[in-house]
Amino acid sequence: MPSIAKPIAVHPSLHRNKIGLTIRDYEGSMSTLCAGCGHDSVTAAIIRAFWELSTPPHMIGKLSGIGCSSKTPTYFVGGAHGFNSAHGRMAAIATGANAANRELTYVGISGDGDSLSIGLSHMCHAIRRNVRMLYVIENNGVYGLTKGQFSASADVGSKSKRGESNRLAPIDPVSLGLSLGATFIARSFSGDKEQLVPILKAAISHRGFALVDVISPCVTFNDHAGSTKSYLYTRKHEVKATETDFVPPAAEILATIGPSGTTNVTMHDGSVVRFRTVPKDYDPTDRRLVTEYLQDHQGSGEVVTGLLFMDETVQDLHELNQTPRHALSKIPYEKLCPGAAALEALQAEFR
Amino acid sequence: MHQRLRTRINDFAIKLANVNGTGSASANSLLMQAIFRMGIPVSGKNLFPSNIQGLPTWYEIRVNKEGYTARALDYDLMVAMNAQTYGRDVREVREGGYLLFDSTYPLDPGFHRDDITFLGVPLSHMCNENFKDPRERILMKNIAYAGTLAAVLDIDMKVVEALLDEKFSKKKALYESNRRAIRLGYDFAKRHFECPLPFRLETMDANGDKILIDGNTATALGCVYAGATVAAWYPITPSTSVMDAFTEFCHQYRRDPETGDNNFLILQAEDELAAIGMVIGASWNGARAFTSTSGPGISLMNELLGLAYYAEIPAVVVDVQRVGPSTGMPTRTQQGDLFEAAYASHGDTRHILVFPANPAECFELAKSAFDLAERFQTPVFFMTDLDIGMNDWVVPRLKWDGTYVPDRGRVLGAEELKRIVKFERYNFEDENQVVARTLPGISSKGAFFTRGSGHNKHGIYTETPEEYQEVVDRLLKKHKAAAEFVPAPVVRKREGARIGVLTIGGCDPAVSEAVDLLALRGIELDYMRLRGFPFCRDVERFIADHDFSFVVEQNRDAQLHSLLILETSQPKDKFRSVLVYGGFPLSAKHVVDGIARQLEV
Repeated sequence: MPSIAKPIAVHPSLHRNKIGLTIRDYEGSMSTLCAGCGHDSVTAAIIRAFWELSTPPHMIGKLSGIGCSSKTPTYFVGGAHGFNSAHGRMAAIATGANAANRELTYVGISGDGDSLSIGLSHMCHAIRRNVRMLYVIENNGVYGLTKGQFSASADVGSKSKRGESNRLAPIDPVSLGLSLGATFIARSFSGDKEQLVPILKAAISHRGFALVDVISPCVTFNDHAGSTKSYLYTRKHEVKATETDFVPPAAEILATIGPSGTTNVTMHDGSVVRFRTVPKDYDPTDRRLVTEYLQDHQGSGEVVTGLLFMDETVQDLHELNQTPRHALSKIPYEKLCPGAAALEALQAEFR
Repeated sequence: MHQRLRTRINDFAIKLANVNGTGSASANSLLMQAIFRMGIPVSGKNLFPSNIQGLPTWYEIRVNKEGYTARALDYDLMVAMNAQTYGRDVREVREGGYLLFDSTYPLDPGFHRDDITFLGVPLSHMCNENFKDPRERILMKNIAYAGTLAAVLDIDMKVVEALLDEKFSKKKALYESNRRAIRLGYDFAKRHFECPLPFRLETMDANGDKILIDGNTATALGCVYAGATVAAWYPITPSTSVMDAFTEFCHQYRRDPETGDNNFLILQAEDELAAIGMVIGASWNGARAFTSTSGPGISLMNELLGLAYYAEIPAVVVDVQRVGPSTGMPTRTQQGDLFEAAYASHGDTRHILVFPANPAECFELAKSAFDLAERFQTPVFFMTDLDIGMNDWVVPRLKWDGTYVPDRGRVLGAEELKRIVKFERYNFEDENQVVARTLPGISSKGAFFTRGSGHNKHGIYTETPEEYQEVVDRLLKKHKAAAEFVPAPVVRKREGARIGVLTIGGCDPAVSEAVDLLALRGIELDYMRLRGFPFCRDVERFIADHDFSFVVEQNRDAQLHSLLILETSQPKDKFRSVLVYGGFPLSAKHVVDGIARQLEV
């Protein structure tokens, strides 16, 4: 992907986070996506989320597959190692990276082609393993880089730019995630930064696989009348199931209580996710009820958004495998090699 | 009466024809292990089907006091326990040989031979009389024939009984049954046959402190000693037991004594695409990581192997080769993945290959595979095969050099990064054309973007011809530089030889024996066994120094031969092929015939 370096001048009045960095320190190179692309808004939200969380840039691992969305890790946190891998394989590579070093914060950026077609199985199995990472699907229902084919998330009846109507049933990552036992599931809209930033912060803090499906319209190939992934359609049909605040550990809880009351979910690291304006029948910790709610609303053509489900009780990949708290890659070799005496003793078995 | 075989001590071959899934494997390995413990050079080859129960399976044991343990093709004794294959099993016995059968049922007279001796043992009858449980009646028939063989071959019963003691010390019921069954067969033979037969065993001391081990177990152990912490795999015959053994060894040696934590993580992936992806992700992040697979798995891994090659990420791929193409014959052996491994993936790609020849080398060279992968920041294939991987081999005792330090290659740490002005991922190569890498989590100064798309030496995306070529040209030079770092070939020269013979891996015992047999016929050959690709200068010299060389390998398309033509400067007429690729382990007879035919002797 071509990338253009940005000027590095920082205005002295810019706010600094807990580790003394300004938001500009979380930027990457200049985006080369189309003007108005939803993905750039997601990038901006990611930059803000990491800055607000004060995550040291070098402790972030950015991974992606191939496609428009997968280009975006170059556009945020330039001080982090990035890995633009192969189409659909990001989840597998991220799983290996996470296995080797659990100390980093992993963010995987994918698209609907990457995650719901060529890499579907890898995403599903990363969910099953509960690999701790933020997994963003920048979902626009279309293959942009190859100029406008339907993707697996295109709705039945949605029209392509050339006027063809999609006739295949869509794969919905949220429903899929729910059925696979995902422990953190959200859907948002690239045009709603206010909703997206706290969701991303909660997702980053979640100990496990955090699936964030972001409707991110493709201004070039899928933003016309008849498309169900356009800015206009999404704005018209969005229904917010929840609005969330992310309260980091040890921060005072000051947020106002919404009219429908609030639900607090304490996260593993002590952070709290506060659900505001929750409809009465909505419980973001009850997988069965969430599934039912989503099916009801999706049936009537609504795009349900918000932090839809979370479960903080499930062990992640490392806990399931009882690995040490620090990175496997940092264990000194002397500790890994059983040595000559053990080899000698073992060979009694081979006689 | 047929002509009796002349008396031979510690020099014969037997074949056991069984039905898969009837428990014959434990009886057969018991025999092999007992002979090994008697200090006699022995090999066991399991010729098994891709099946859990019902299809024919054979086990061959060759005993040879000179130490020749390649597969034999002449059988002095057949244990015919499978009615499905009885016809061909009878035919395979050498003239004057013996056939042991279950005399509970009548033999098909149509297959009778006058030139061999039939030894009938009422195995089913004896086991039905002595055991109640139906499954046990089937299992114990095998142990009973092992008892008969112990009698007719003069296997030391003390050794057999000691083995049963060890195997079943914790399972009393099984122990009793096995003891009884072995005695049934033994006593019957002593009462009814002339024991021992003209070919028999005699305790010797050829095995010293050698061990009996299969290649997959040894490979797994080698990976533990090499310091691998992450392993990802998808089950596939014949490599599954690599990861089974790795898992077992990790539980044994990698549990932190203080915390109880697992200093390893083994991922059973959703497919081989993911398995190699996980290995690449873990290696990118600084862990020693590997996958174990076979040909069909490599086919799937091709995509990401190209990424690892181009982005310069270490990866170790254990390829226990089986018979292709496609599903092929999963339980049969071949060396058919050489092309696939050497040039895996689209575009200009080439990889380092390591060829161990036996389980001892599987252990010893595993660490070399990791060292090469990290030094050259590239995938390394560890090419074994089903014969090496799944059969038990008698090999020298494994030794560990306590001074070994892993070669982690050029990795810049935080301090080194402080000293440099700017880090550029693909710039400033060393004398082997290797550039420095950095690991995530160390410093923002070392941050870079790993990508499989076109990049220049600064690590930045490019579509510029000169910038693209500069990087891929260095990759080619780096690959060539690896030639002098891969394990060196093993050479055995004979006085006055003007013809060479080249081979790899599990062909070694057969080719080695063939070289000696041909020398007896006056054909002198120098022998070189290759252990790595790219080929080092010694390979080039060996070929140049001989009028021509035979290339012995187990595939149809002469893949090693072709690689030698492609990757050395030697002319085509310097090589002649000997190809054996039906799927069973190689025999010296194959090699002798293949060479002699071409020399018109």
